[in-house]
Amino acid sequence: MSLNPLLLTIAFPLAGVVVMLLLKAKWKNAIRWTALLTSLVTFGLSLWMLSQFNSASPDLQFEINQAWFSLGGNPIGFHIGVDGISILMVLLTTFLTPLAILSTWKAVDEKVKSFMAFFLLLEVGMLGVFLSLDMVLFYIFWEFTLIPMYFLIGLWGGERRVYAAVKFFLYTMAGSVLMLAGILWIGLQYGSFNLTQLVGSGMIPAAAQLWLFGAFGLAFAIKVPMFPLHSWLPDAHTEAPTAGSVILAGVLLKMGAYGFLRFNLPLFPDASIQFAPWMAGLAVVGIIYGALVAYRQKDVKKLVAYSSISHLGFVVLGIFALNLQGLQGAILQMVNHGLSTGALFLVVGMLYERRHTRLLENFGGLWKVVPVMGTLALITMLSSVGLPGLNGFVGEFTILLGAFGSEAIGSPWFAGVATLGVILAAVYLFHMFQKLFLGPVIHEENQKLKDVSVREILILAPILLLAFWIGLYPKPFFMLMAPAVEKLTTIIQSAALLAQ
Amino acid sequence: MTLNDFYSILPAVILIFSALVLLLADLWLSKHTKVVTPMLAVLGLIASIAASILFTGNVENGFGGFILVDGFSRFLVPLFAVTGIFAIGMAYDYLTRMGIQRGEYYSLLLFSVSGMMLMASAGDLVIIFLSLELLSIPLYILSGFAAPKAHSEESALKYFLLGTFASGFFLFGAAFLFGAAATTNLNGIVEAVTSGSANSTFLIIGSGLLLAGFSFKVAAVPFHGWTPDVYHGAPAPVSAFMSVGAKAAGFAVLIRVFSLIFPSLAEQYTPIFWGLAALTMLVGNVVAIAQINLKRMLAYSSIAHAGYILMAFVPFGDAAIRANSVASALFYLAGYALGSLGAWAVVIGMEKEDNQGTEINDLAGLGKRSPLMAAAMTVFMLSFTGIPLTLGFWGKFYLFRTAIEGGFISLAVIGLLTSLVSAFYYLRVVVKMYFQEGDSKFHWNFWTAAVAVFSALVIVVLSFIPGSLFDLAVKALLTGS
Repeated sequence: MSLNPLLLTIAFPLAGVVVMLLLKAKWKNAIRWTALLTSLVTFGLSLWMLSQFNSASPDLQFEINQAWFSLGGNPIGFHIGVDGISILMVLLTTFLTPLAILSTWKAVDEKVKSFMAFFLLLEVGMLGVFLSLDMVLFYIFWEFTLIPMYFLIGLWGGERRVYAAVKFFLYTMAGSVLMLAGILWIGLQYGSFNLTQLVGSGMIPAAAQLWLFGAFGLAFAIKVPMFPLHSWLPDAHTEAPTAGSVILAGVLLKMGAYGFLRFNLPLFPDASIQFAPWMAGLAVVGIIYGALVAYRQKDVKKLVAYSSISHLGFVVLGIFALNLQGLQGAILQMVNHGLSTGALFLVVGMLYERRHTRLLENFGGLWKVVPVMGTLALITMLSSVGLPGLNGFVGEFTILLGAFGSEAIGSPWFAGVATLGVILAAVYLFHMFQKLFLGPVIHEENQKLKDVSVREILILAPILLLAFWIGLYPKPFFMLMAPAVEKLTTIIQSAALLAQ
Repeated sequence: MTLNDFYSILPAVILIFSALVLLLADLWLSKHTKVVTPMLAVLGLIASIAASILFTGNVENGFGGFILVDGFSRFLVPLFAVTGIFAIGMAYDYLTRMGIQRGEYYSLLLFSVSGMMLMASAGDLVIIFLSLELLSIPLYILSGFAAPKAHSEESALKYFLLGTFASGFFLFGAAFLFGAAATTNLNGIVEAVTSGSANSTFLIIGSGLLLAGFSFKVAAVPFHGWTPDVYHGAPAPVSAFMSVGAKAAGFAVLIRVFSLIFPSLAEQYTPIFWGLAALTMLVGNVVAIAQINLKRMLAYSSIAHAGYILMAFVPFGDAAIRANSVASALFYLAGYALGSLGAWAVVIGMEKEDNQGTEINDLAGLGKRSPLMAAAMTVFMLSFTGIPLTLGFWGKFYLFRTAIEGGFISLAVIGLLTSLVSAFYYLRVVVKMYFQEGDSKFHWNFWTAAVAVFSALVIVVLSFIPGSLFDLAVKALLTGS
């Protein structure tokens, strides 16, 4: 067997953890470098995966299907593979992880060893979620990500970290227990946990699809999170350490959206069509609600957290447009949100490291004191707002285009109201920028703030470069996902035709 | 008596023999050589495991059907022996610290284990009753081992009173079954039932009384009231042993008796088991939330886990699922046993004089002071919750699968939702250990720590290769089913 890029990518962080366990806890810098190098090599491996990837094919590639064991006649396999949708998620994960690790260089000084070990384990879990093709394996990785994240929030978080960590754990578990019931039912009924056998087989009757859609959808909707299941998110985001927030917003939330794409749409196409207006409705409510609540926040991190709810609303709207444009926009927007919101959290983290406060009222006029940081923050914010020429615009525009013409949603009003969300995003984000960087310097302490260091520029620059790239020339990204998305829409269309 | 008869009870015989030797040897040992007694006891248990693996392979039954040797008993006999070894490993230091280091502990423990072994292979109601008493009476004494401490005496008295109630129920039920079928042999009863010669009213009354007796032993709601008080008051290693050994023995006989009689009474008993399982899961998990003492929390958690195991038993009337039903119950039992023994080992290290130091608050800061023990405890809590990469996850996975396979989706959903409830109180332990400062201390002893670390390692490592344990459990078929 030749070297499989997926296996290497998923296993390499584990190797890093093993090396780290051999290092003494007091060698903090050695541990940091080990973690950073591990995550950089993992990123390199995922780029190698990309270079080997045949982007013209809609099929799953580099598939490994190794029998693990079998239970009562149901084989459970270590089955992984990648297609045009999941490869983007894998790249997003491996891209953000080294940057997040780099951001902890000064911020995390206690228990560095455990922090880095949990961080790399989290990366393994996330990669596993995006690559799994066996439902049981998927569930294992899905639940496993809870443990490192729980400790990252609980051990290195802010004041209310315990509350936030437990809430995060219980909310996510509440969703996933019903998903487990669904997985078991499918496995028993159709004799297989293998996703590639189940997808497009048309085996699952429409009546069963309805409750299965609910059982899986609840888990994913909590993770995304969709209104009204979002209340864990502001707490978890606010209390998590910066690097945790970056990964939480950048990647973990995408697991929910990805779940819809990988499970709900292809496995339950009939139910997806039936529920599309409802899901789109909740998405639109989330867009507006998240934006309105974000505007009223006094804590910068909370503001960014609520902006996530609003932005993820667009993603869900795009997914349930159930057409090519909507889905492509949604997938691109998943990447965009990971980049923009990740960068926003990084900027907030940099401010927090300097001032040890996140309240808007404690800032103001920073533009004069830290002009370079101001510039970087401005670009980050504009990318999140969706200014043409930056990444956010391309994603949101494509989603809205898809949603306007969507047969499944059935009414252009959903997209119409969602458009308001774009305007509101500009309102709350400009409001935030103004409070932080513009006006006079009110507080004496802010006079002496240091501008960004080389390390901090190194963290933000790659994200912003990518933001420009996607904004100006998104074609390669669309090309990469197009065949897989077309395959997905074909499944849905054929289900729609059969139903008529 | 043929050689096969002898082999069929050899594991238990070895234990009884070593227990007698221990009693004698202990008289000759001075204060400084006390450590010899537990070592001899462990040797006896190891010999017993070896005997069950080496000599029972070709034996099907002994003493004309009094003793049944099948995959079921071959799975459980070593499990009981391992439980005994663990209970000795964590007891030695504890008994010394509490000033109750006496050799009887080890012989009583061996007697009790031999009772459990006989119970798992009993093929006759009389043998079941005898082994029930053989396992219970040493446990009554062991619960009061810390006498004259009031909590230990209270525990022993409560356990004794309710235990005799359970025995009484069982005897009464056995009498009815004898009245119905004119035999006490389990297979004989089955024949009488299938041929229609058994009196069906007596059969139902008798089996109902039997069920009540077993429910006491496994601590199923509403027969669970004694559990928290007894576990809390008894010396901790005894509670650990009870929470695993006595429960597993109760389930062993429950599964064996009802699997034989059940098929014909499935209509009456399926809803009863359904209710028993649902109630036990709900009450155990919900009441556990309110506990502030670690021992009581573990007691309610053990009640809850009894509910999960009962769930596997609900679809038993369905012949197609029966094998999975037994296998999933046994598999879950194995995972639960490791988690429970390990968690109790941590409690033992925390306990100070006079039953102090076992509040959940006393765990604060353990993550910093004893990182190894805290990590092990985390593994046990996650395994109890059913989070992947622990044996507990596969246990629940298999249980829920069995329930759904039998068409009891709503029961599986109750199980899943109560697992979510349980996450709340299991996580609180993790929160205390890692997220709160405190000056808790684990009283380090190599053997106690070894029990915890070994259990944790097995729970995690086996979760990567659960296939072999699944296969073992699937082979644990009952004769006649």
